[in-house]
Amino acid sequence: MIKAILIFNNHGKPRLIRFYQYFAEDMQQQIIRETFHLVSKRDDNVCNFLEGGSLIGGSDYKLIYRHYATLYFVFCVDSSESELGILDLIQVFVETLDKCFENVCELDLIFHMDKVHYILQEVVMGGMVLETNMNEITTQVDVQNRMEKSEGGLSAAPARAVSAVKNMNLPEIPRNINIGDINIKVPSLSPF
Amino acid sequence: MALKIVKGSIDRMFDKNLQDLVRGIRNHKEDEAKYISTCIDEIKQELKQDNIAVKANAVCKLTYLQMLGYDVSWAAFNIVEVMSSSKFTYKRIGYLAASQCFHESTDVIMLTTNQIRKDLSSPNQYDTGVALTGLSCFVTPDLARDLANDIMTLMSHTKPYIRKKAVLIMYKVFLKYPESLRPAFPRLKEKLEDPDPGVQSAAVNVICELARRNPKNYLSLAPLFFKLMTSSTNNWVLIKIIKLFGALTPLEPRLGKKLIEPLTNLIHSTSAMSLLYECVNTVIAVLISLSSGMPNHSASIQLCVQKLRILIEDSDQNLKYLGLLAMSKILKTHPKSVQSHKDLILQCLDDKDESIRLRALDLLYGMVSKKNLMEIVKKLMLHVDKAEGTTYRDELLTKIIDICSQSNYQYITNFEWYISILVELTRLEGTRHGHLIASQMLDVAIRVKAIRGFAVAQMATLLDNAHLLTGNMQRMGICEVLYAAAWICGEFSEHLENPMQTLEAMLRPKVATLPGHIQAVYVQNAAKLFATVLKSQEGNTDSTAAQETSQLMIDRLPLFVQSANLEVQERASCILQLVKYIQKLQQKDVEVAEEVSALFAGELNPVAPKAQKKVPVPEGLDLDSWINEPPSESESEDEQPKAIFAKEEPKHSRPRREEVDEKELAKRREARKQEQANNPFYIKASPSSQKVYQEAPGVEHIPVVQIDLSVPLKVPGLPMSDQYVKLEEERRQKERAEKKKKEKKKRKEKRSGRGKKHDSGPESEEDITPAHQVDIVTEEMPENALPSDDDDKDPNDPHKALDIDLDKPLADSEKLPVRSHRAAEAPKSPTEDGDATSQEPKKKSSKEKREKKKDKDRDRKKSKEEKKKKKHKHEEKGEDLLGGEAEEPVVQSEETNEVAAPPTSTSAEVSDLDFWLSNAPVPSNTQETATVAAAEAAPMPEATSGIAPDSEPDEPKDTEMEETKSSKHKKKKQKKEKEEKEKKKKKKHHHHHHHSDGGGEEAVQNGTVEEEEPLPPMSNYCLLAENSYVKMMMEDADEVYDIQGNLQDGSQVVVSVIFENKCDSFLKSMEFNVLDSLNSKLQRPEGSGPHDGLTVPFQLPPGVSNEARFVFTVQSIIMPQKLKGTLTFIVKNEDSSTHEKLDFKLHFTCTSYLITTPCYSDAFAKLLESGDLKCSSVRLEGVNMPFHHLLARICFHHHFSVVERIDSCASMYSRSIQGHHVCLLVKVSAQTVSIDAKCDEPTLLGNVLDEIKQTFSQC
Repeated sequence: MIKAILIFNNHGKPRLIRFYQYFAEDMQQQIIRETFHLVSKRDDNVCNFLEGGSLIGGSDYKLIYRHYATLYFVFCVDSSESELGILDLIQVFVETLDKCFENVCELDLIFHMDKVHYILQEVVMGGMVLETNMNEITTQVDVQNRMEKSEGGLSAAPARAVSAVKNMNLPEIPRNINIGDINIKVPSLSPF
Repeated sequence: MALKIVKGSIDRMFDKNLQDLVRGIRNHKEDEAKYISTCIDEIKQELKQDNIAVKANAVCKLTYLQMLGYDVSWAAFNIVEVMSSSKFTYKRIGYLAASQCFHESTDVIMLTTNQIRKDLSSPNQYDTGVALTGLSCFVTPDLARDLANDIMTLMSHTKPYIRKKAVLIMYKVFLKYPESLRPAFPRLKEKLEDPDPGVQSAAVNVICELARRNPKNYLSLAPLFFKLMTSSTNNWVLIKIIKLFGALTPLEPRLGKKLIEPLTNLIHSTSAMSLLYECVNTVIAVLISLSSGMPNHSASIQLCVQKLRILIEDSDQNLKYLGLLAMSKILKTHPKSVQSHKDLILQCLDDKDESIRLRALDLLYGMVSKKNLMEIVKKLMLHVDKAEGTTYRDELLTKIIDICSQSNYQYITNFEWYISILVELTRLEGTRHGHLIASQMLDVAIRVKAIRGFAVAQMATLLDNAHLLTGNMQRMGICEVLYAAAWICGEFSEHLENPMQTLEAMLRPKVATLPGHIQAVYVQNAAKLFATVLKSQEGNTDSTAAQETSQLMIDRLPLFVQSANLEVQERASCILQLVKYIQKLQQKDVEVAEEVSALFAGELNPVAPKAQKKVPVPEGLDLDSWINEPPSESESEDEQPKAIFAKEEPKHSRPRREEVDEKELAKRREARKQEQANNPFYIKASPSSQKVYQEAPGVEHIPVVQIDLSVPLKVPGLPMSDQYVKLEEERRQKERAEKKKKEKKKRKEKRSGRGKKHDSGPESEEDITPAHQVDIVTEEMPENALPSDDDDKDPNDPHKALDIDLDKPLADSEKLPVRSHRAAEAPKSPTEDGDATSQEPKKKSSKEKREKKKDKDRDRKKSKEEKKKKKHKHEEKGEDLLGGEAEEPVVQSEETNEVAAPPTSTSAEVSDLDFWLSNAPVPSNTQETATVAAAEAAPMPEATSGIAPDSEPDEPKDTEMEETKSSKHKKKKQKKEKEEKEKKKKKKHHHHHHHSDGGGEEAVQNGTVEEEEPLPPMSNYCLLAENSYVKMMMEDADEVYDIQGNLQDGSQVVVSVIFENKCDSFLKSMEFNVLDSLNSKLQRPEGSGPHDGLTVPFQLPPGVSNEARFVFTVQSIIMPQKLKGTLTFIVKNEDSSTHEKLDFKLHFTCTSYLITTPCYSDAFAKLLESGDLKCSSVRLEGVNMPFHHLLARICFHHHFSVVERIDSCASMYSRSIQGHHVCLLVKVSAQTVSIDAKCDEPTLLGNVLDEIKQTFSQC
């Protein structure tokens, strides 16, 4: 079972959190902080497994993480999951994100947290691995996105126009978005 | 102005979306919290609007804020609103928000039931999918109960997308609503063979999760998983299955044997590291479960270790980590094969990755031996010095202590070395583990008597140099060791060389800066030391020394009397008064030392950690009852104002005290000073000493310098552990040289002096003897308590409720509630009601009822019996049936259940499993396979010929047997199980046979007999012989035996003998021999002579009992036989061993040749009518026991089964191992029992009847 999936950046800012066991909000934040603390001080060339933090899990749980450019993807799993399997799953998930967002970067995750959630829901459900085939995942995500579009989406055309106007009124915003080298580089890994 | 208005209205109409919110937060980095609070206000406004799009947008933003740590549960109702939108877009947002912030105590969840049900049955598969995904995150017991049936239908949905989600969510449903597991399981099992790989994978996933917690219930699925494993190509599925097998093998070693080959093939063939790793892991699990060494196992272990070595040597840190992890599993059972890779593991200790270092440390734990302990610890000590982070260093410290103290200090040969290691560890800066070191010091000093002298010397030095430990505030954690040091010095003060010096060290003013609990120990132990010092000084003619000592105490103790710590204060006051009194006596030249030391006389023994738990609760003491009734709530309310008043009182009084005017205060101060000046015991504060007091011990004049600790600190006078390593080496060499000259005798003495067994260690270790005689004091336990490690399982584990037998047929009541709330609590149908009452142990009424309902109920009772059988079977295996199952009515109705699988198929599977497993290529277990085959074959002809009988009354026997023979070998147990299964199978057939008959029986089946009154415990074991002569060593052995005919071979009788060692010496080399008669012979292994004894295949440590079985061949069985035999054995004592022998007589009764054989009443009638049988009868007078007890007794002791029972009359049947039929008709009137019997062998019958008579005359 997967107990939690956390995505945060190099500064510990959460980008997506998904707990499959209930924790109150302040506890969740504490767990993120603890996990970030554990993970961030590790070199890139050490192993990707960590004994679970004291807040989440205990001896039966492990933190399995991958670090891509500016983001950490951390899965907290118990002993029923295969460690290498979960590592591959993270890779599958990131590759799927890459496909869905076309060259995914941290900004995509920042502004489209909901969409990332919808993609994750096709990969993991209730703490259990639902699908590992990338094509299947992207197909289902695409179909649902198309449905959303046909319904007019959350913010229909006029709203979008308005937000464009709002953007024009706030010219400083684009400057704040640092579009440096934040593309997540997806290394081609050996096939699972 | 106008623009502003327009903008405002537009803003309100088209509010910020998620992107705007994110952007806004990023633009307000300085006042993020403020900005967010305004956003939340906006969101609240938006949620008030009727437009669902606006609401959805607001909820979407809330989801984002939730991630940032804001509690959004206040919007739960709005989330439900959005969830219930008909548009997919909004629904998805709603469900996402719900899955992020709903939990079991969210009260609006109960409003969602119908909405979710609607979504689940939506024609749009994505509506269903979204609902399932959301539900998987916030399912509650209520939702699970209400929706279980809907989800179960979805498991057969046409779209695989829905199927796989439905299958996965079932696991969550099971967790919340365990009752759903049994009805849903057949369908779940079907999904294992679903055409869609995703669905299949989901099903495997769910079953693996279930089986991981309660593996025994899923053993029957092993063949199916085996098939999947050999056919599937999906690595995810393979990994899950292989992991599952890893959990199953410990329960069924035969499974492991079957698995090894395909797993080895996979290991060789796969390229996926994850799969390879899991295969290795499971092979390890298999090897662990197969404790007995099979020849081809070493190859498998070798293969595993080899592959793991490759992993560990890999440059990929992940593989290295996992390799070490798996290695530690092998270590537990096959330490030798791991130990050969010590180099590699030590190398990993130097790895830069902390996770890997920690794993390597774990491995070290199992790799130490007497030989290399010092070397390894030395290496670890080097790491301790080098370690930068405190966490890793602390980990090292605990590991060193773990390694050294493991299994009762088994590997420590030199405790002086260990003490010095502990002392060296005290120099660690800022460690949290001071208390750990302290407890080790205490433990060693208390339990190893020989080391006390040395330990005390070390501790005295430590106390003397206490300033080094406490000087730096950072090192406060380590001052805990002073606690141990003070205690050891005080308690074992007789070993102190210079107790006076230590006493002074303990009374230094600096001590007052230590934590309270340590000061308390200081004070107490100062008193102990004082006693010792007095004793040594009293012999002297000059009494001034003794008086000076008292004066020292009197001078120093007031410091502690002033302590803020109550404990310290109290102890110090007491002791101060005591010393003052002693001083008075001393001044009168009274000898006091004896009396003072009597205060601390006696030795403290260590107490076992579990001792407290084992103390039996005295009779009549109920720990849960109130001693005083708790005050009622109203009372406490009354008291509240009083309490407040009481609390306030001191507040009032305090200012009053302050009101005392300054003059008065000054006067008092003056007076106190005067008083103190006149008080000879008051330590006068010289103007400067007050400061010295705080910073440095003024008395000792030891300059306290802050030392730069880049160089490891060496406490002066403390020996370095390295020294001991060298010394030990020399000693061992010397010893080796000596050994060549001298013979083993010396070694034996030393080793036995140690009081420990070394059998388990590697052979090379035997060369190493402890440096000095070490006596490890055992821990004390309350009387009659046995040290056991029964780990209590966590009672709150949700998986406990899922420990449900899945092979049982479904009861009607177990059907999942459909479409209505609280369906499970709906009133029961009248038939169920009726049965529920008959369940109750009402003797008379149940009988009446039974007669009325006879025909109707028969079928049901059948199934009831079946169930009970199975239940018993499970109890025998030591399972506990839990939760929903216990509540479920024991009745199964005949209505076909919508979801239930036909009962026969499941039970067939159980035996299928055996059959499947028995096909395994097992070289050593041919005997077992034969039994299985026999079990499979035997019931078939009987069932078809219609003599499949009901053998209910042997049920108590079975359970009884299992209870009495709990110490049995595994093999026998398995056999038993098989017999059980065989019986069960028979009953199955019987059941169906009945069905076709349509119930043409008139007699009541004896199915419910034992419900009337519990049966007294019975045992077939009786005393065989007991050793009467007591010799020097108090040895005593007794044997109990039980003879049973063996069905498999017509002329064989198996005798089980329990050997119990009643003395406190070791019994070994037991030989069992019997003088054969013409008729009966003990079966001996081929090649041995007719008078050779059989070696009993075990040894007996004191107080242990074990069972051995012996096979006899018998020719004629019509007469009882007696065989003379002897048991010879060696009694091994600490200093001697003697040969002993015990004579016994084996009594083969005719009963022992009978085998409980069930018989069907039709066949029984035919048998009686055939006229082949000779008749005989017997009357028993004054039998005063319930009829069903009587029957049970006959069944149990004489191997009969009840064919029919009508009121106080019953017919019984049994068969001899040579096929003689024995039929009984037992009648009871008043206290007379008359037994009419028929048998085709009158002599046998006569003997059996005599034996029955004897059984009842005994009771």
